[in-house]
Order: sequence, then C-alpha cells, then structure tokens
Amino acid sequence: MTHPPVLITGARLPDGQPRDLLLEGGRFADPTSAPADVRRVDADGLLALPGLVDLHTHLREPGREDAETVRTGTLAAARGGYTAVLAMANTSPVTDTAEAAEHVAALGRRDGCAQVVPVGAVTKGLAGEELAELGLMARSAAGVRVFSDDGHCVHDSRLMRRALEYVRAFDGVIAQHAQDPRLAGPDACCHEGEISGRLGLGGWPAVAESTIVARDVQLARLTGSRLHVCHVSTAETVEVLHWAKGLGIAVTAEVTPHHLLLTTEAVTGYDPTFKVNPPLRPDEHVTALRQALADGTIDAVGTDHAPHARHDKEHAFADAAFGMVGLETALGVVAATMVETGLMGWEDVAVRMSTTPARIAGLAEQGRPLAVGEPANLVLVDPSRRTRVDAADTLSLSRNNPYSGLELPDPVVATFWQGRPTFTR
Amino acid sequence: MKHLLSAADLSLDEVTGILDLAEEMSQVQSRPVKKLPALRGRTVVNLFFEDSTRTRSSFELAGKWLSADVINVSAKGSSVSKGESLRDTVLTVAAMGVDALVIRHMASGAPQQAAQWVDAHVLNAGDGTHEHPTQALLDAFSMRRHFRASDPDFDWRDKTVAVVGDLTHSRVVRSNVLLLRTLGARVVLVAPPTLLPSGVQSWPAEVSTDLDEVLGSADVVMMLRVQRERMSGGYFPTAREYTVGYGLTRDRLARLKPGAAICHPGPMNRGLEISADAADSAASLVLDQVASGVAVRMSVLYHLLGGDDEGGTR
Repeated sequence: MTHPPVLITGARLPDGQPRDLLLEGGRFADPTSAPADVRRVDADGLLALPGLVDLHTHLREPGREDAETVRTGTLAAARGGYTAVLAMANTSPVTDTAEAAEHVAALGRRDGCAQVVPVGAVTKGLAGEELAELGLMARSAAGVRVFSDDGHCVHDSRLMRRALEYVRAFDGVIAQHAQDPRLAGPDACCHEGEISGRLGLGGWPAVAESTIVARDVQLARLTGSRLHVCHVSTAETVEVLHWAKGLGIAVTAEVTPHHLLLTTEAVTGYDPTFKVNPPLRPDEHVTALRQALADGTIDAVGTDHAPHARHDKEHAFADAAFGMVGLETALGVVAATMVETGLMGWEDVAVRMSTTPARIAGLAEQGRPLAVGEPANLVLVDPSRRTRVDAADTLSLSRNNPYSGLELPDPVVATFWQGRPTFTR
Repeated sequence: MKHLLSAADLSLDEVTGILDLAEEMSQVQSRPVKKLPALRGRTVVNLFFEDSTRTRSSFELAGKWLSADVINVSAKGSSVSKGESLRDTVLTVAAMGVDALVIRHMASGAPQQAAQWVDAHVLNAGDGTHEHPTQALLDAFSMRRHFRASDPDFDWRDKTVAVVGDLTHSRVVRSNVLLLRTLGARVVLVAPPTLLPSGVQSWPAEVSTDLDEVLGSADVVMMLRVQRERMSGGYFPTAREYTVGYGLTRDRLARLKPGAAICHPGPMNRGLEISADAADSAASLVLDQVASGVAVRMSVLYHLLGGDDEGGTR
C-alpha cells in the first residue's frame, strides 16, 4: 500500500493559510524532510480540503453490477473528491449479516479507490419486521456502526425504539429513511402539491417525512441513542430538527446535493431522471434546506448516489426506479448552492462534507485535519473551475445524472487517499 | 399538429376546426357505407397498456372509417413486470413503420415520453390520472350540439359546466378544464375535500365542496365515475354518504337549471354518482357522447395524419 512520497506545494488550507503538504507512508509528514527527488504537485491557487466522506452511497455491488460496482462507484467517488463512502445496505443480498458486511468491506479493500464502509440493515431483508443481527455486524471485522434500511422507513414505532436502544451498546447510529408509508405509499413519486395534482402523479406529502422525524427524535430522547436522518427534504423536518437540537437530543441529519439545487419543476416533462425518493421539493423547501445546512441544523451533505441501469429508468414515470447519481457532482453543487451564494465558506464545506460525516460514522482515519501525522486523505480544489455537465462523461456505470446540460462548478482537481492519488485531472 | 398529448396543446382555432370536421364526419356515420378514403395507406396502431374496450373500439372504428390500416396491440400489464422498458415497447411497435400511435397507459405521462422517442404521431388515449384529450373533445362536441339545438349562436362564455366527483383520480377532468378554458366556458369543480386534487386552487376553474350550491347555475353537469375502492382509501365513509352529498339523485335532477344537460364519461355507477332517473332522462347526453366519440376521433386522426405527404412522416 506504500506509494512514493508526494509534495504538494502552494495549496491553501480551509482556514486560508498556505502550507506545503508532504504525503508519505499514507500520512502527512514534515515537508522540510522531503527528499530532493520527491514527486511534486504544484497546487498554487488551489485549496486543500480533507478528503470528503459520503454518508450515503449506493454501490449496487453485490447484486446489480450492471448499474455500479465497488470499483466504478469509488472511481466516481474519487473524482468527486471523496476518500470514504458508506455503502448502503440495499444490495442483493442485503447487508444484514456479519458475513455480508465483511464481504462488502473486502470488496472495498480489493477494488476500492476510497474507503468503503458497509452500512448494516436495521431489519432482516429490509422488511421492517425483525431486527437484523446488529451486534454481530458491529463485532465483525467490518465494524459496522451505521445501520439503515434506506429505501424503506423503519416505520414500526416499537421496532425503531428497540433498534435505537440496542445499538447504544456499541455506539451505533440508526440512519432513518423518514417516510410514513401510509402518508406516502407505493404510488407516491412526486412532491404533493400543484405539480403532482396537475401531472396526475402520486403525491408524496412533506408531512410524511416530518412526522416520522418528529417521532424518531422523541424515541432518540427516550433511549439516549444516536439518530441520523437521511436525505432531509422539507422545511417542516428542518423545524423538527431545530427543536430537537435545542433540547440536546442526539440527532444528526444530512441533505443531498440535489435537494439543495433542483425543484419539483424538473419533473414536469415526466423525465424519470428526476424521479428520486424523497422527491424534489418546491423552492421554499430548497431555501430552508440551504439555510439549515449553513446554520448547522443539518449537519452534513450525503449524496444518495443511486446509479441505475438505463432500462430501469426508461419506464413510465410512475414505474421507473427512484434515484440519481451524485458523487461526481456533489462538491460542485454544494459550491454553487452554498459557497457562491455566500451562505458558507470552504472551511464550512470541509466540516459538512468531511469532518462531520466522518464523526457521525465513527471513522477515525477520515475527516481529520491536514496536519503532520494525520492520514493523508485530501482533495485539491479549484473554486473557479466550471464545466457543462455531460451525463456520458462519468466514471460511474450509470447515466441517470439530473444535472446533465447544466453549467456547474467542477472544482475537484485531484484526490489523494492514504497518500495515493486516486484521481488527478 | 404533430401530436395530441394534452388538451392544452390545442388553440381555440384548432378546437373549432376539430369539432367542425367532426360534424362532417358524423354525417358519414349515418350513411349505409361509412368509409372515407382520407387515410388510405396510413397505419394507425392502438397501443393499449391498459384495457379499455370502449376507447379502443372508438379509435379502431374511427381509423377504419377513414380507410387507415388499424392494428391493436395490447401491452397489458406493467412493462416493468415483463422486463421490457416502455421505451423498448414503443420503439418496437414504431419500428414496424406506423404513422400514428394511439397510446393508452395506466401511468401518467407515458404518451409524452413516447412522443420523444418516435417519429410517428402520438395520440394520448388516456394516461393514468393525467389527461384524456379526445374525451374532452367529444364532451365539448356533445355540449356544443346540445347548446346549438336551442341557440345556434350560443357563446361558450355564457355557459357554466360543473364537473362533479373523484377529481383527484380523473384524467377526464384535467383535459376538460383545459379545453373548456380554451373555449371560454366557466368551469366549477365539485367534490368532497378528500377528492380535490392538490393545487386545484391554481386551476382555471372555480372549486366548491357543495353540489347543491352549484347545481342551479350549471348548464352542464358532468358526473365522474367514483370507484368503490376509494372508500377503503378513506376518501369517503360509505357509498350512501357519497350519494347524499355528491350524487345526481332524482331530487337533484329536479333542481337542475331548465335546459341543463347531464354528461358522464362512463362507465356509470348507477345509484352511486348518478341515479337511474338522471342517467336515462331526456337531459342526459351519455349516449350522444359515445356516438360523438367516433366522429371526434376521426377528425383528430385526420388533423394529425391528413396533412402528411404521401407515405407519412416516418
């Protein structure tokens, strides 16, 4: 795993200070000790951020290797500036046993261009009926700490309570896909509002999310356990989170890049590329989400990178698969929606996309300061770099890219994981 | 006109043109020999992903009476369950060299998507809970005939159409609201609050939850089918309660504005949203609607295909 040392010169750190960085043996070393023939990377004018950590990635392997593999998913991650991804459990087979978790971790070690951290299912087969072997997954070599039935809500209140209680023994966290299945059922595929009514698409009301979050934060308070809310998409959920955090409840939350940029308007042409769960919401929600990410009510950005084979998207809107790719564009979308709007600085971006997600997932070797002795995970960023997004220009196997044709910041210049370049432009 | 996907696609001139030609076509229906040579050599495929004997037969007759070659393709059942994508199904049919695809689908938006994939003309024959533009056209045709019978120079702007029933799940109401707006009529939508579509306040129509308040001002009362399974969805408690609140009962029939007409896109739930007295009354246009359907669809097919050069527009 050793890679020849690399000396990065001229980059500014998130706090704005310029510093040379020597990457040696997978860690940062004293740059004055660099050998004379060291490989140099001129990063003049670039920012160096800690490698990004994605709390919410679908790598599709095992089971749907036609849509994505651990190799292609992490290649896309590296191109997006990520050095760690949490691989969601809704694979085939589901990651609901220690063996399945160790298999995903092993695939990551073999094929990964970033650290691959398996997420364990909360319930067996994601069926929402019986707890999966949470403790065995935690004790396994994969050391699972984040559990989620993502794609499905753990809607049974008693089961959710037990899951929260149980994982406290090993400082686990339950990452909830908040969707009341009675308020937003199998037909729900479009934000419930003027557009769903006009287009005749099944409505997914905002309260189907916020009512579950309101219940879950109170269960977290009761159990003293950690709750994480996946892909927050509504202003109402932000209100609940604000209330819960004011009481000191141990809740964290993520927002996706697409919910920070796109609105319900995108689905008016019935293009299933824009079909995602939770659905794209109107402007007022987007504004509330940006504000919440800026003020810390929402702690982190999670991509919900959801690659799909073309034939799973080329159905009628109601029949097509939910989800969109997002790893390669995440930092650009955050730059456009949060930095260029003046809501956040790059230092905040590093916190929301690296430091905090690493802390939530309990990853000791990620989200660390760019300092001597720390793991050499970083991304070099050119804040002025822009591109017109092209769905075909990707390292992912899938093309369900909602930004195709848009001009967006494309700031990632290079990514280093454990001192090795995993992406260079 | 390349496609007919939504009633909103049609200008006032186009609507008038379609209805006027439909009048001429309806004359053909009373002849012993009904065929016109207008679309000879053209191929029309009825691609139905959802069963609808009435609509399919109506399109089939319309095409045949214009001498087009008409093929029915039943693609019943979700394409997802068959493992074939909608795009593959549509492209496969289009690859046979058809001039027009008449598409019926249980999912909203499917004809719009198909129109982006093929060169053929696409005609929406009902998509999910979205639109059914030829139904709105034949409703307008029947209403126009009804109004003209008493006043050949009537003005749509003096007319009020009340649409009553399960608006949330109705593709008919969406097309009717759009078409009647183009014609200039006043539209009042009536339903219990649970069956009003999200955002209906922004539609070009008035909204009421009280049928009795609306009844006296309506020149046409259009009753929509209410499916009994809506009860299990909690939209209303019982069929009986629905009928008391929103059914066109014998009592309400007596309180219609003099000369008012009754429409129903069918199939009717007699005794639920419409009483037998209302359905069979002299004010009912229900059978005229069915008869108008063929003439209107002939007119629409001619408007889509009749202007094409020899050989169609592949």
